[in-house]
Amino acid sequence: MIKLLSGDEAVARGAWEAGVAVASAYPGTPSTEILESFAHFPGVYAEWAPNEKVAVDVAIGAAYAGRRALATMKHVGLNVAADALMYASMTGIEAGLVIVSADDPAMHSSQNEQDNRTFAKFARVPCLEPSDSQEAKDLTIAAFGLSERFDTPVLLRLTTRICHSTSAVELGEQIVPDATATAKKFPRNPAKYVMVPGNAVKRHPVIEQRMRDVAELAESFPYNRIEPGERSLGIITAGVAYQYAKEVFPQASILRLGMTWPLPERMLREFAAGVERLIVIEELDPFIEEAVRLLGIPAEGKSIFPLTGEFDPRVVRESALRAGLLPDSTRVPLPEVNVGPLPARPPVLCPGCPHRGTFYVLNKLKVPVNGDIGCYTLGLIPPLSAIHSCGCMGASIGVAHGAAKAGSPERHVAVLGDSTFFHSGIPALINTVYNQSPVVTVIMDNRVTGMTGHQDNPSTGRTLQGQQTTMIEIEPLVRALGIKHVKTVPAFEVDQVEKTLKEYLKLDEPSVLITREPCALLPEGRKRWLPLAVIAARCNGCTLCFRVGCPAILKSAEFDERTQRPKALIDAALCTGCEVCAQICPREAIEFRPAEN
Amino acid sequence: MRDSINFLLAGVGGQGTILASDVLVNVGLALGFQAKQAEVHGMSQRGGSVTSHVRWGNLVYSPLVGAGEVDVFLAFEKVEALRSLQQLRAGALAVINLEAIQPVTVTSGGQLYPSDEWLHAAVEQVTERAAYVDGAAIAESLGNARAANVVLLGALSALMEREGLVDAHPATWLAIISERVPAKYVQVNRQAFEAGRRSVLPVA
Repeated sequence: MIKLLSGDEAVARGAWEAGVAVASAYPGTPSTEILESFAHFPGVYAEWAPNEKVAVDVAIGAAYAGRRALATMKHVGLNVAADALMYASMTGIEAGLVIVSADDPAMHSSQNEQDNRTFAKFARVPCLEPSDSQEAKDLTIAAFGLSERFDTPVLLRLTTRICHSTSAVELGEQIVPDATATAKKFPRNPAKYVMVPGNAVKRHPVIEQRMRDVAELAESFPYNRIEPGERSLGIITAGVAYQYAKEVFPQASILRLGMTWPLPERMLREFAAGVERLIVIEELDPFIEEAVRLLGIPAEGKSIFPLTGEFDPRVVRESALRAGLLPDSTRVPLPEVNVGPLPARPPVLCPGCPHRGTFYVLNKLKVPVNGDIGCYTLGLIPPLSAIHSCGCMGASIGVAHGAAKAGSPERHVAVLGDSTFFHSGIPALINTVYNQSPVVTVIMDNRVTGMTGHQDNPSTGRTLQGQQTTMIEIEPLVRALGIKHVKTVPAFEVDQVEKTLKEYLKLDEPSVLITREPCALLPEGRKRWLPLAVIAARCNGCTLCFRVGCPAILKSAEFDERTQRPKALIDAALCTGCEVCAQICPREAIEFRPAEN
Repeated sequence: MRDSINFLLAGVGGQGTILASDVLVNVGLALGFQAKQAEVHGMSQRGGSVTSHVRWGNLVYSPLVGAGEVDVFLAFEKVEALRSLQQLRAGALAVINLEAIQPVTVTSGGQLYPSDEWLHAAVEQVTERAAYVDGAAIAESLGNARAANVVLLGALSALMEREGLVDAHPATWLAIISERVPAKYVQVNRQAFEAGRRSVLPVA
């Protein structure tokens, strides 16, 4: 049966067909849909872990216990999980272990565009790269075979364009190898699984030999293949770049690598010998190019194609034209049109977002705010303009603490969400207690992992597979860490948020404000939607309500006679009735919701 | 009937571009093409611009359409229509929804939303084969504003027929649409599709 699947769905399907028993992940674009999709297959266990390192440890544990296991994450998640990847490479496994890294060239929703193939080389594990959804499924299955045959974790490297593109996939049956059908007694094999120095020293040569063995297999790996064409140009390529190469150079000879680490040396030499000019087309780092050149094979790559950003057929064609690889007749003209200056459409906090009022207050207080990764990073966007640093998951509190210890003349506020707090905020908060800094930490608790599309987390009381579970309360946890000043405030009560923040900013010790309100897009939030309206006769166009940056507040066509400024108008189709603007309006020109019984 | 068609869909998060591109890629498959689709929706839930690429062909490699190679354009919003206009091949087919969703840079910033005259003039520089559809008004007249995306698909199917790009029976489209909307909305979406077709095709 043929079905259209995204790359993420295809990986999930492949994992199921390969008999994966345990899968663990932390959500992250563009990888999130893999586990969301996998969780629906019958008989599997799938979970959201609090962070990627835990997810990989969990998958390792399952693989030690003799069941095939999967951990998935976005590229930066592998930074968090790198420690686990490194030891799993050293120990090997009892059953197949595949770690999926979904890289994000062009940073559609990421803070950097690191190329995680380097992690495979660094950790001494094989790296597989699919070029479409069919291969995403097939290589997932192949990865489990490789993992068991060579006693190694396997890195399956995807990119956004693979994850979020849809193409036809031939569905197969589930084939669970007998050896991994049930959990085995946990191995009592300390020489292999207890990485104290004495054992690790013996394992290192083993894994180096393993990679030489995998390299030998790479010569005949069916997803490494030469597609013969004209001799004048040879192209080595992998991943989605293969598709662009086929599109732009239909006549060229192509060596398509499904395994990008380790590389098949003889195959590369044979291919290079058969072509006059050799180029490498790969997104991001010159990973293949450098390896090819280290073999003494002359090849061009990043001297022609961009080092940064995402490719598409145009990027590849234009680069090739500049390098004289294509005749001018292949140039695709762009239409000549002046579209004029267009208003930008940045992503913004949604109408009714419970984070908005807090950012309005933070902006008003003019304090330095160290931010974190989540929807609330959008507190950066004017007019809220209330985030002054944001680097990675869990960074907010540590950065604020460091700035405070450096003698930063202002009080620092750290802002992070509930899911990010569980991910990596807790150790940093412990640090503010242990080493005492007057950092005010704001945990924006919207009861869900928002940015990636409403995944459950330790505070929601529900698991990925829909089981009810313990709802971990943030306030008692924070108190237990030794924070003396903790308050949970309803996020929409702007006055209370401001009053608490002002009070905490005067303290000489750490404090935590929890602003709590479910995301407006959650079903329970939606039930409360009730649009407000501007009482035009009272509005004098003071523009204060525009400063909350709500998409539902528009400029009216009606002007105030005295100020000659447009009055405010609320778009009833967008307004959810959060009342943040109504609380801010000095003229009571925005109607509150009717009192609830 | 063409042997390959490149589609570009452009809109704002929440307008139903993902459903529309899902329908398009499946119609391509039903017509016997290889079909691929690629969407950019990283932060689109937060009101940002969204684009989706769909390709039909006898052999399709790239899921993305290169700039200047778009044969059929479906714009869900006027500024987004302008923003993607340079991606089109000269003379491309275009269905443009006459909806304005003002970004915060207009509502609370100082930027200006372009006029309809500006939109029409810019589109004319690229193609004369454009149809303007008031998807929201048509959908509302049928009692469900959320069916605007299916109105646009109806208009698109009719325009592609009228211009000889594809020979697909409306039933092919309707079967795929019906599989993708909740059962209680199938009827209104059928009406929306037909109304979209009528907005482009002369009444027979």
